[in-house]
Amino acid sequence: MSDKHLSSQFDSELTSVSTRVMEMGGLVESQIRTAVYALAQFSAEAATEVTDMESRVNAMEVDIDRELSSIIARRQPTARDLRLLIAISKTTANLERAGDEAEKIARMVRSIIDSGATRTLPSSELRIAADLASGLLRKALDAFARLDVNVAVSILKEDDAIDKEFDGFVRKLITYMMEDPRTISSSLDLLFVAKAIERIGDHAKNIAEFIIYVVKGADVRHTSMEAIESVVR
Amino acid sequence: MPSTITLPENAPALKAQSKNLDFYYGAFKALKGVTMPIYENRVTALIGPSGCGKSTYLRCFNRMHDLYPGHRYDGKIELYPDDVDILDHGVDPIEVRMRISMVFQKPNPFPKSIFENVAYGLRVRGEKSESYLEDKVETALKSAAIWNEVKDRMNESATNLSGGQQQRLCIARSLATDPEIILFDEPTSALDPIATGSIEELIGELKSQVTILIVTHNMQQAARVSDYVAYMYLGEMVEYGVTNDIFMKPKRQETEDYITGRFG
Repeated sequence: MSDKHLSSQFDSELTSVSTRVMEMGGLVESQIRTAVYALAQFSAEAATEVTDMESRVNAMEVDIDRELSSIIARRQPTARDLRLLIAISKTTANLERAGDEAEKIARMVRSIIDSGATRTLPSSELRIAADLASGLLRKALDAFARLDVNVAVSILKEDDAIDKEFDGFVRKLITYMMEDPRTISSSLDLLFVAKAIERIGDHAKNIAEFIIYVVKGADVRHTSMEAIESVVR
Repeated sequence: MPSTITLPENAPALKAQSKNLDFYYGAFKALKGVTMPIYENRVTALIGPSGCGKSTYLRCFNRMHDLYPGHRYDGKIELYPDDVDILDHGVDPIEVRMRISMVFQKPNPFPKSIFENVAYGLRVRGEKSESYLEDKVETALKSAAIWNEVKDRMNESATNLSGGQQQRLCIARSLATDPEIILFDEPTSALDPIATGSIEELIGELKSQVTILIVTHNMQQAARVSDYVAYMYLGEMVEYGVTNDIFMKPKRQETEDYITGRFG
């Protein structure tokens, strides 16, 4: 396909908005990384940092949406251009929510620190899942930048691994709570953390689905892996 | 390039169909094997860059090319339900134009009164009854959404109307003879956005009574008014499909490049 429009201004608008999405993605990634660090080290400072980043992420989402509306109003995009803009809009919404989940993790970390129960809980085991989830989000953003459908499909598969980690972790928490009911309150906080991590993986998966939508024009949400693979092939 | 296309499932009834239609302006081949369905009570839009053959194609439908020497058709345009090939030499072009009327790019009212403009086709047909004519004229003007604006000035000259009103009057004139198909050749390119909006609205309303084929340079207009779209280039039909599919996910790269503005 010839990548350039007759209007070079249109090209630069699309490039500019795509770049903004990547910037926003970078910010959310670092928000998640910091949240994971706060959890591993029980660092109240890092947790506060995560919360501070929240408003910047929100502002970027609003900014990108404004840019999108303006492009749609003035250019009346069609086909692949239209799909790209819709996907960007959905992607920023998912990024913003992934940022919310990071903020939620930070909040739970502060609550666990306040309760003084930091040592008794299996928090280190959450790091595997957390690393998986933030790695998945990074991969999704990379794939979005390159519009790589093959990577997108592999992301959809990997999200299952996070879901399995989550289930295993819940079982483990239950045994902790049964052994020592005094850990129940903090265990619940940790359960919310685990759920937040699992949700970040889901957001990465949603972004991967939009990559397939942009490139193949097929909406693969809520379809089976077989259907997705036949679309991509 | 595909010379045949597969008709969509659950498609509406066919009103007409061109089959391997070639057209020559003297030695120049302007249409190359165009096969395309025209569905009844639907709007089919033809898009493509200047010189792609979309107006040439449209004009084949009312034998307009017959007016010039050296023009030649090959292939068929079948009109249903009677299955007549309107390009056949045995078919009278006047008869074809009664069944398939045309609205042009620039409004072209006759220098007559508003009433006589609309009554013209019926008078040519030999209609003498004034009360019948009055009835038909009123119905046509109402269908063309201009009745309220002109009902008290039927004897005024049509050229006093605004551009948008003149175009709706021309649509009324084409409706008066109860055509089966109306051809629109860029009907709004000489009109302002408000008048354009009212013509587009009208096209949407008219399709319950007639089948519509429209040529437009304005892709957004094709997207707004049509049910089916054909993208033409260099005399060939590159892609034909349901309007939504063409604008969201065209099958061919050439179509995508054109509708996204990458053509060049």
